[in-house]
Amino acid sequence: MENLLWLIPALPFLGALLLILFGNRLSRTLVGVLGVGSVGIAALITILLGIEFLSERPAFYHQEVWQWFLVAGFNPSIAFHLDALSMVFVFVITFVGFLIHIYSTAYMAEDADFSRFFACMNLFVGSMLMLVMADNLLLLYLGWEGVGLCSYLLIGFWYKEPANGYAARKAFIITRVGDTAMAIGLFMLFQAFGTLHIQTILTEAPDTWAVGSQMAVIVALLLLGGAVGKSGQLPLQTWLPDAMAGPTPVSALIHAATMVTAGVYLIARMYVIFDLAPVAQLAVAVIGAVTLLIAGFSALTQYDLKRVLAYSTISQIGYMFLALGVGAWSAGIFHFMIHAFFKALLFLCAGAIILALHHEQDMRKMGGLRHSMPVVYWTFLIGAASLAALPIITAGFYSKDQILWYTLAGPVGSIWLYMAGLIGAFITSIYTFRMVFMTFYGESKTHVAHPPGKVITIPLIILAVLSLVGGFIELPHNFAHVVLFSDLMAPVLPGIMANELMAANEWVFQVLAAVVSLAGVYVAYLFYLKRPSLLQSLDRSDTAMALHRFWHSGWGFDALYDALLVRPYVFLSNLNKRDIIDSFYTGLARMAEGFHEMFSATQNGVLRHYVLGVVVGAIMILTISLLL
Amino acid sequence: MSTAYMEAALLLAGILFMLGLISVLIRRNIIFMLISVEIMLNAAGLAFIVAGTRWVQPDGQIMFIFILTMAAAEVSVGLALILQIYHQLKTLNSDAANVMKG
Repeated sequence: MENLLWLIPALPFLGALLLILFGNRLSRTLVGVLGVGSVGIAALITILLGIEFLSERPAFYHQEVWQWFLVAGFNPSIAFHLDALSMVFVFVITFVGFLIHIYSTAYMAEDADFSRFFACMNLFVGSMLMLVMADNLLLLYLGWEGVGLCSYLLIGFWYKEPANGYAARKAFIITRVGDTAMAIGLFMLFQAFGTLHIQTILTEAPDTWAVGSQMAVIVALLLLGGAVGKSGQLPLQTWLPDAMAGPTPVSALIHAATMVTAGVYLIARMYVIFDLAPVAQLAVAVIGAVTLLIAGFSALTQYDLKRVLAYSTISQIGYMFLALGVGAWSAGIFHFMIHAFFKALLFLCAGAIILALHHEQDMRKMGGLRHSMPVVYWTFLIGAASLAALPIITAGFYSKDQILWYTLAGPVGSIWLYMAGLIGAFITSIYTFRMVFMTFYGESKTHVAHPPGKVITIPLIILAVLSLVGGFIELPHNFAHVVLFSDLMAPVLPGIMANELMAANEWVFQVLAAVVSLAGVYVAYLFYLKRPSLLQSLDRSDTAMALHRFWHSGWGFDALYDALLVRPYVFLSNLNKRDIIDSFYTGLARMAEGFHEMFSATQNGVLRHYVLGVVVGAIMILTISLLL
Repeated sequence: MSTAYMEAALLLAGILFMLGLISVLIRRNIIFMLISVEIMLNAAGLAFIVAGTRWVQPDGQIMFIFILTMAAAEVSVGLALILQIYHQLKTLNSDAANVMKG
């Protein structure tokens, strides 16, 4: 089975290649079969490999396909490395990706560019798989840029709308800022180790760098820069809400489940570097904590269904960063997996609603959909419950509780980070159920044009089941003590020990997390169903409205960057419209032209003038030779 | 040959050369220009003869024979060109032959 490793990324690439070359000539059915099938077979291979992996428990599977190039001792290869960490990512990418592809065949059925859509999606899946399976950082970087490209292509999929093109460029340019930092980090890693092979670096780093050494901190911060850009964390988070301009399956696959968590993968993959740089690791935690709060408050005020989910994604990735930052590596990856399930589910439900309401995304125009779309309602409710981390039944509770617990009781835990996480959890459940109540309750405002078919509902049901039972593979030890997931991660990522003193009282914090989550649901219920008058009185207050506007605009980050970066840049480029540097070269050309005019005037065709020229020249030469 | 003779002969050659040059510059008629060029050539030939006599060497006379040969060749080409110019432009004014100016 190990020999089949290369097929996992190769199949989606093959699908993309075929669709790019022949997509226009194939029938829609065939395009769908190719697009879905390539990812489906990759998912099948992944599951078979996963079963073998779980039963044999090797440290990792490794396959070298060929040497990429060899320059001055630098010989990266196209080689794949599959250990427990990448296994989880590959599983989520192929399996959730497969479900989203199936869903897309129905969602995009009416679209004229059906084959282009699947070509880009397959290319994305292939690049993302290469990113998580790469055994060296250069191949990882190739995948990293590949997913960035696909993200750009798919955000701007409906390119006839200028706003979509703008959103695509914004996403591309802002993530490029982080990528540049990451590239510099890779250069420094290569300079220090002479290789970019991940396992070699991880083994050698503790011998090369002391804990807290300057180089380790700089490299870790540069890698963090790349992760922050890709994962939409502070301060590079502004592109993600705008990325919702793409088709909804794209938002589900790229901007919720997989690509935006590439930053989480990068940090977990290079955890040794972060272990050696406690400052950088603290920065990870702080960025995560601040981001989850900022994005949570922004999500509270959005009216666009997809933007709520986008801010919620930023916020949930903030939780993952928080977990990584306090050293709860396994908890972060666990939350990634569960988040992929429920966030993909929520996005797909949102897509079903948007499709049924003729591309209406404004929640104020929705309402009462509970009766007309029961399957979507129930699956959305399950996804929302998981996002809000409702206790006991949902997977989200177990993953988020684990993060909160280690944030407080872990070796570098602090009460401040814990409070941020707890407040974030409260906000999360408010905005989640605000979304549920606004969309599915109340009176119906828009007529449901066509209820979703089976192709749409089946992926929803599968994801809903996963959002519920996915959490049961990792339960708190005082509850049932199931540690399947952290056992799986143990060979790859270091475990974390909770503070002994606090461990006795773990149940207190679990109950606290549960209460906070339920309180959030109640607050949403109070404001949006029971007493809408409360909301109206809030609307009348100036402070509340100012705060609302501030949060609605995403804490003014767009305006800030506009004033700080975009405007000065535009000003400078306007100033330099005539291109000052270029004027030197233009001057050279002008001078040549001037001399040309001058000498061309002497070619007047009068023979006697030519003779005169010869004579004057001869006299000058004679004079000079006599004088010298 | 005394120095005084040589100087006089060189002066004569210089005067002849300047006369030829000036008439090339001021004449418009292309045949007169050709004749003036011949005068300049002969002035140069005279200078060679004088120099050859002064140092009692045959080189000067050899050069003069070269110049004569070259002048004959030049005149034949030059006259052919003048004929062509006259056929084309119906005039011998050299200023009219300026159709290839830059």
